[in-house]
Amino acid sequence: MTRLSDGTDSDATRRGPAASGGEDAVPPADAPTGDTAGDPPADAAGDPPADAAGDPPADAAGGSAGTSVAATAHRLRQQLRRHIETGARRVSYVWQHSLQLRVAATTLIVTGAVVLVIGLFLVDEVAGGILHAKRESAIATARLGLISARGHLADVDAGSRGDVQNAEAQIQADLTSSGRSTGLFSIAIESASSDFPDSVSGLSSYQIPPSLRTLVQHDNLAVQYAMVPNGATSRSHVPGLIVGEPVPARTGLFELYYLFPMTAEQQTIALLQRTVLISGALLVLLVVGIALLVTRQVVRPVRVAAHTAGKLAAGDLTQRIAVHGTDDIARLGQSFNEMAGSLQRQIRRLEDLSRLQRRFTSDVSHELRTPLTTIRMASELLHSRRDEFPPELSRSAELLHAELDRFEALLADLLEISRYDAGVARLDSEPVDLRQVVATTIDANRALAERHGSRIVLHQPDTPLTVDMDARRVERILRNLLANALDHGEGKPVVITVGCDDDAVAVTVRDHGVGLRPGEAGLVFNRFWRGDPSRSRLTGGTGLGLSISLEDARLHDGWLQAWGERGRGAQFRLTLPRRAGHTLLSSPLPLSPDEHDEDEL
Amino acid sequence: MKPRVLVVDDDSALAEMLGIVLRTDGFEPAFVADGSRALAAFRETKPDVVLLDLMLPGLSGIDVCRAIRAESGTPIIMLTAKSDTVDVVLGLESGADDYVVKPFKPKELVARMRARLRHHEDVASETLTIGPPDAPVIIDVPAHQVVRDGVAVALTPLEFDLLVALARKPRQVFTREVLLEQVWGYRHAADTRLVNVHVQRLRSKVERDPERPEVVLTVRGVGYKAGPP
Repeated sequence: MTRLSDGTDSDATRRGPAASGGEDAVPPADAPTGDTAGDPPADAAGDPPADAAGDPPADAAGGSAGTSVAATAHRLRQQLRRHIETGARRVSYVWQHSLQLRVAATTLIVTGAVVLVIGLFLVDEVAGGILHAKRESAIATARLGLISARGHLADVDAGSRGDVQNAEAQIQADLTSSGRSTGLFSIAIESASSDFPDSVSGLSSYQIPPSLRTLVQHDNLAVQYAMVPNGATSRSHVPGLIVGEPVPARTGLFELYYLFPMTAEQQTIALLQRTVLISGALLVLLVVGIALLVTRQVVRPVRVAAHTAGKLAAGDLTQRIAVHGTDDIARLGQSFNEMAGSLQRQIRRLEDLSRLQRRFTSDVSHELRTPLTTIRMASELLHSRRDEFPPELSRSAELLHAELDRFEALLADLLEISRYDAGVARLDSEPVDLRQVVATTIDANRALAERHGSRIVLHQPDTPLTVDMDARRVERILRNLLANALDHGEGKPVVITVGCDDDAVAVTVRDHGVGLRPGEAGLVFNRFWRGDPSRSRLTGGTGLGLSISLEDARLHDGWLQAWGERGRGAQFRLTLPRRAGHTLLSSPLPLSPDEHDEDEL
Repeated sequence: MKPRVLVVDDDSALAEMLGIVLRTDGFEPAFVADGSRALAAFRETKPDVVLLDLMLPGLSGIDVCRAIRAESGTPIIMLTAKSDTVDVVLGLESGADDYVVKPFKPKELVARMRARLRHHEDVASETLTIGPPDAPVIIDVPAHQVVRDGVAVALTPLEFDLLVALARKPRQVFTREVLLEQVWGYRHAADTRLVNVHVQRLRSKVERDPERPEVVLTVRGVGYKAGPP
């Protein structure tokens, strides 16, 4: 409690009347005694039971329950954590994927904070002003009453109960009935020096806070916020203001207290709070609404653009955005449409080129092949009669015949690879037993193997390996791999291994020849690549075989890979998905052979 | 008597060379260079086998093939410069029995022709029955006749051979490779689409519902077999 000199000019409360029972200000360090804060009873009553109720079960659980409860709790915690994590992920997904939501949320938070600060400030200022005015008027009223009270109490003997009551009644009548102040306050008179310790006032049930009384007894005019009776006769208490002043009398000191209920002020402030709260909430909603609307105007065209771009990317080149007006969004749409148009033109041109290329390939194929057929037949005829020719003519016929074979193979491979380059190669898939294709390939290469003096070793499962594939292409791959292995196998055995798992099948072709130098495994599929140009080649490969095989494998969504080590030979692995369209993740067979593989030699 | 061959090809050099080769191998060739005159020449020469180029002036090889097939089962071997799936399948579907891709070796062509001209000297009478019991397909092998539901079915010699090959061993599953060897006479692996296309053509003639075959059954992943008698 502060002295009047302090109290009047200082600190209007920042807590408002709702903080009932509190003093009007935080006391300064040098504040006089009696500065006890009257805690509101509700607080005191509210807290301890909550604590008391919370504790015992926890103790019981700790004492008797044991591990099962702990396990349940652990499980619950984990479940909760999982739920929270899932929820967080979902929220984070939506958050990251909706610009509109982000803008709205940001606006909500910022506007909310600003409105909250402004609202608090406003309520605080107004409430402080109201309280200050009330306090001033209360003190003024009290001063006025003091004169009257002094007159009545001057001669009263504090020891005489009847006299005091008499005087009090008169004062009461004087003060409360004087015009405008009627009903605004009630008064109480106490006296420390009287014998009867009980209140002398009419409000016998009401106890003036002792701290205030101490101050008044020390001859101060003091003010305190406290719960006061709501009018003289009412038993209910409302927040209010008590002004206490000492009234010196002949026999001692009377204390005159004015009790001002602040119901009206409280109502005003509550109304203000409600108004500020509601208008603040409306304001926030309005701003968020506007933000949503504005963002929507920007986001919608962006979404349309994204959607259209998606369709364009999916191949529908005729997609365009409808453009209205000339604003920034319209310019975005225009540029987008221009981009789409340019893309469409480019792709059309490429398609035309591709179509031309296809036509060209087809035409070259036909135009070249017809004369080549004639040459071939003529050469065959000459070759078959070469015994009848003189030696140089005979040898010429042989050379013509042999080179024609090479020429033909090269032409066939060139045409095949140009088909791939033109993107017109098509897969003719059907379920076929891979082992059958392997067997066919081996049969077709027996003669070549004999010429090289190589043995072909086959490891394969006993069960059929049905795979969706274009048997013609797969056979071509295997033929190329096998011919390649025989070619470079230096007469040592060539090992073919067939493996499978649920999703894929694999064939490895291993030779034990010179192998590959480091880095060459990636080069073998290059067109016309030669590992060692000086090596003799019996098959007369075109240099395109492995390139075509790689394209064939890719067409199946399969893999074709090479491994090689100097001195250990090379291994090629073909991996194909068992069902068309399935994406390969792993191969049933390793690419590089194990060491024990060497034992098979 | 020498087998007669009708060569339909617009390239004169190739035609002349073919003539030399075919005569050397004991055939009697006739030539026509224009697609639109091919059918007339076919009727006139009554060849034992037709060699047909796919790219022809006038009528295209595919159309010529259809026209010939409409009135005769005479073996047709396409000479094609295209090994593209579409062209080959289109040719086979329009009725060609076999095809050789340019540039072919003369021996290969002659082997293909001989395979198609091969006559079955089955003197002993042989009757085969396959298909569902309520509507069986009865094959009279020496007479080259097939009857389904009491109605004679006109098959080309190739289709007949294919059906007989399947019907002779009703419980055996034939892989496409085996059929290529037995029916077409290929000794090495060849284009299995030949089998697929001709099985389709055969089914369209002998099956009640080609979509749900009862006579020539597909064994998924392996090949074909005859329906149980």
